[in-house]
Amino acid sequence: MGTENYGSAQAAGLWGWINARFPLDKMLKEHVTEYYAPKNFNFWYLFGVLSLVVLVIQLVTGIFLTMNYKPSAAEAFASVEYIMRDVEWGWLIRYLHSTGASAFFIVVYLHMFRALMYGSYRSPRELLWIFGMLIYLCLMAEAFMGYLLPWGNMSYWGAQVIVSLFGTIPVIGDSLAEWIKGDYFISDITLNRFFALHVIAIPLILVFLVVAHILALHEVGSSNPDGVEIKKIKGPDGHPVDGVRFHPYMTVKDTFGLGMFLLMFCGIVFFAPTFGGLFLEGPNFEQANPMQTPPHIAPVWYFTPFYAMLRAVPSFLGTQVWGVIVMFGAIALLVFLPWLDRSPVNSIRYKGPISKLALALFAVSFAVLAYCGMKPPSPTLLLLSRTFTAVYFAFFLLMPWYSRVDKTKPVPERVTYHAH
Amino acid sequence: MPIKKLASALVAVTLLALPLAVLASEGAFEPAGNDVRNIASLQRGARNFMNYCSGCHSAKFVRYNRVAADLNIPEPEMKKNLMFTSDKPFETIRSALAADDGKKWFGNAPPDLSLMARARGSDYIYAFLRSFYRDPSRPTGANNTVLPGTAMPHVLADLQGVQTIVYKATEGSAGKGEFERFELADKGTLTPAQYDEFVRDTVNFLQYIGEPIEAKRKDLGIWVTLFLLMFTAFAYLLYKEYWKDVH
Repeated sequence: MGTENYGSAQAAGLWGWINARFPLDKMLKEHVTEYYAPKNFNFWYLFGVLSLVVLVIQLVTGIFLTMNYKPSAAEAFASVEYIMRDVEWGWLIRYLHSTGASAFFIVVYLHMFRALMYGSYRSPRELLWIFGMLIYLCLMAEAFMGYLLPWGNMSYWGAQVIVSLFGTIPVIGDSLAEWIKGDYFISDITLNRFFALHVIAIPLILVFLVVAHILALHEVGSSNPDGVEIKKIKGPDGHPVDGVRFHPYMTVKDTFGLGMFLLMFCGIVFFAPTFGGLFLEGPNFEQANPMQTPPHIAPVWYFTPFYAMLRAVPSFLGTQVWGVIVMFGAIALLVFLPWLDRSPVNSIRYKGPISKLALALFAVSFAVLAYCGMKPPSPTLLLLSRTFTAVYFAFFLLMPWYSRVDKTKPVPERVTYHAH
Repeated sequence: MPIKKLASALVAVTLLALPLAVLASEGAFEPAGNDVRNIASLQRGARNFMNYCSGCHSAKFVRYNRVAADLNIPEPEMKKNLMFTSDKPFETIRSALAADDGKKWFGNAPPDLSLMARARGSDYIYAFLRSFYRDPSRPTGANNTVLPGTAMPHVLADLQGVQTIVYKATEGSAGKGEFERFELADKGTLTPAQYDEFVRDTVNFLQYIGEPIEAKRKDLGIWVTLFLLMFTAFAYLLYKEYWKDVH
């Protein structure tokens, strides 16, 4: 018997040859054509696939930017302008990348909010959630380091502020900040290492984590707006009765969603790439100047909620470290959500009024803090920042209590779905 | 169910629109009212820039021949009328004034203007160039309300004339109160309306050199949007067709 008898009768030719040596057919079935997703997915379930799309946009445009960018303090700023003016389609590649950075955070924040609403982090999806949080962490590091590369004045001073946060840590702080910068100040050396981390180290980890995130998702199956497990009720064919095959059902649905997303994304790229100074800031069109601080330093919008928390906490015992702890704590708390949520139901649809109010207040606090972090400090904003930092933390810290005592509605056996 | 969907969409739109609300609260200067599609205005702006600005300010990212091509100026014309240094057309606009000399003579090296409109905004420059006033306490004899204490002399005084500043009358104080308005003390060769037009053309040119691709980018954007609208419409029909099977 020769190798041609491996596999089934129809698996002849190149396809059969490959599948006798690599589980291509098996993988496609497992993850695409026979992966069953709940049929009641709504609008909010688009953002996972959109994050993947933005990741690809960033990787591809990033490669082409790297071909023309020069990671040195003397040349970086001019090389970006060279890309904008002299490289064929360089302006488009650069705007896709700069808009992609903000779009990444928009879709990821909406993706995370979806998880908060429908309890996607609940058992058995804790690890899936933790992988997601690690992706978010990588994304923040990636964005922060990428922001230094154009070597604009806001790049420079933004990096200066963020790195100095590490300097507030007692005892080791100063040495740590120096170790990160590789110098006594943000310099050519810092730019070089941030470039290395931005184009190789972190994207590598990011892609690995995304694979882990998707594998974990396909192992436990997707949650849905009703927060019920579709795997519980299976048809005679052994597939969930409330599930549809990812391809073609979810792929056609996501293609439509992708069209809607690209309309907005390209609208920004072609008509408002600076987005009024939110996606590309005015001071960043001036070259980095260690002798001249911009009138108002603020991070890009996606970091401002945490920046507002940092500024909201006063220094005491002669150190600023408390604000830094609060800021990182705000991010770290998200990891513990699967264990903070004690509600008997998963989805906000069946949770009681306290949980709904808490989630609404959380969303409001995130938006208000984002606004406060963008603006120069003022007494009113300080008061707002402090109030909503408290609200933000209360959402998490009081959750074990309010999620348990809150009233709930009965959860249906099967998902709610109205046919088209 | 539709109400819930609507509420969902509303939340999403609010989250997305929030930054726009922040933007709406910005903006302090009178709009410059320039238009980068107006080639005649850009040509006049190029003339103004080369005659009045480029003596001291460079535009080190801007190539002469790119400007010539984008503004429909034949290269010989460009060379004859707009290039005053020994630069070649493919070179970028360098100023004859060395940065060190600039620092020595003015206290501050005149900044490169390639990206000034992107860094500060066209409206800012429009306001700046119209806000010089006589101030004998300054070494240049001029000051500016938009950038107080600026090292730049009022280069365009011949055209605009010289303004003096009028402060709001404040009781009992002989000192400087709040800015009220400018008064044209000495007339220039241009009328105030002509001067505004002159500045508008110059600002237009500065906005153009800040992002030479701007007009083309927007033109292309219309085609991209049309394509995506069609793509999305067909994707929607396909989605509806497939999902007929799902009950």
